[in-house]
Amino acid sequence: MKKPVLTCEPLGDSALTVTIGPPGDPSIPARVRALAAALAKARLPGLLDFAPAYASVTVFYDPARTEGEGALPFHRMQAAVMDCADSARVGHRRVPRRELEDRLVEIPVCYGGEFGPDLPEIAERARLPPRDVIARHSGVEYRVEAIGFVPGFPYLSGLPQRLHAPRRATPRELVPAGSVGIGGAQTGVYPLATPGGWNLIGRTPSTLFRPLDNPPALLRAGDRVVFRPITAEEFAVWK
Amino acid sequence: MEMRVLRAGVYSTVQDRGRPAFRHAGVPLSGAMDPVALRVGNLLVGNDENAAGMEVTLGGAEFLFPRGAIVAVTGAAYEGVPGWKPLALAPGQSLRLGPCLRGARGYVAVRGGISVPLVLGSRSTYQRGGWGGHEGRRLQDGDLVPVEGAAAGHVPAIMAAWSLRPEYSDAPILRLVAGAQAGWFGEALTSREFRVDPRSDRMGLRLAGEPLAARDAKELASSGVVPGTIQVPPDGQPIVLGADAQTIGGYAQAGHVAAVDLPLVAQLRPGDRVRFRTITLAEAQWLALQREQEIALLRAGLQARWEQAG
Repeated sequence: MKKPVLTCEPLGDSALTVTIGPPGDPSIPARVRALAAALAKARLPGLLDFAPAYASVTVFYDPARTEGEGALPFHRMQAAVMDCADSARVGHRRVPRRELEDRLVEIPVCYGGEFGPDLPEIAERARLPPRDVIARHSGVEYRVEAIGFVPGFPYLSGLPQRLHAPRRATPRELVPAGSVGIGGAQTGVYPLATPGGWNLIGRTPSTLFRPLDNPPALLRAGDRVVFRPITAEEFAVWK
Repeated sequence: MEMRVLRAGVYSTVQDRGRPAFRHAGVPLSGAMDPVALRVGNLLVGNDENAAGMEVTLGGAEFLFPRGAIVAVTGAAYEGVPGWKPLALAPGQSLRLGPCLRGARGYVAVRGGISVPLVLGSRSTYQRGGWGGHEGRRLQDGDLVPVEGAAAGHVPAIMAAWSLRPEYSDAPILRLVAGAQAGWFGEALTSREFRVDPRSDRMGLRLAGEPLAARDAKELASSGVVPGTIQVPPDGQPIVLGADAQTIGGYAQAGHVAAVDLPLVAQLRPGDRVRFRTITLAEAQWLALQREQEIALLRAGLQARWEQAG
């Protein structure tokens, strides 16, 4: 295995992004999670928040509130963040031990019918009967790589290759909340009704984002996720 | 105490300085598109600068305060309304923001602050999520919006320093810090003029011009973005992200508008012309710190005046 590489670049004048390489290295997601967990604990002066993504963590900061050595707020924040990464061993050869508890979240899904209008198309593409698409989609464990796009939206990795499908040429103007979709090599759940270009195969009665709860999002980066098929009757009762 | 929205205008929402601490959950920053105008407006009426006010896009809005109020209008300029100073409204008197003379977004700060409930630590409206602000949506004619202790009163003779009142322009040169993919576009971004597209909103300012061709473009993994990030999608038409923009994105990042020039972005209208100029990170951060110092001076000065006013 190649030695991991951490680079820290400014993202405008009030954020910075730590990118973890080399690109494609299978240990990157674990390192991203380790850095996010370390930043969550560290309470660095000036840090407002951070956003983990596939191979990077972006740190949002207030330039007027950074502390420490360095001519610029960026240099002070960079030093603090890289120190934090170092003490969490994010860049060490051995993948750091997970700091966060390893959560497994089950999401019930009613596949097909009015909830999954694109299921027939996905089935045809995969040359599988729809029930096999459902069995494969609900038969594996996924990992939340990042939360974004809209509040609480999980980008999930682990979709079986047979089910990969390009985004729709024309996005739908409104995808109902709870819709479960496939976009390229990823699958995800829409927490809010929003325009969207993914192929919809089902819908969950679970609420993925509750703005009045703390924490507001059901999922967080690093969680493991499984989908459990339910019937339309179960869906109705759930609601 | 309540304020009655007689006319909501083109697009008006309740905004404060947003929710900076929930981006890990994919929650946009939200808040005033022109944060300086809202902060200064709040200081002018003796509020905490994070208090919620109203962001009025263009004009056509009218607000009635049955028991009177002390307000300040900052940002865009309106016919017949003195801007950037506290105004005393008598009981039953309304504040009318008619035709917008300059800029695109006016801010109404009300002494006491708009007191809609906090959602995720902020009173800002996030229309797409349907939460925050007044019932999670834009204001409508007839809305009754809660205001903390609004009442008529005496106002000290004060005004915001000219240095905090940017020269809004319909053809600004926006200063930017280079983005991770700046090299893909060479000098194209800083040597051309773009027009503001009418499809612009609080999520992003869409620019139209000769398409930016990307050299050595490759697929990017989605990563963090900020308000001010200049994204270039495959069609080559740049988008300057706004306050309601998503937290991570997968398009090329050509640059980031310096925080000190975000007010100029907020005040652009469809059809306005925009140019960009690259500055160093050191310059951008120095300008940001200088702006904070000016606000701190104003804060100290105004607090003293409001204390004297009793």
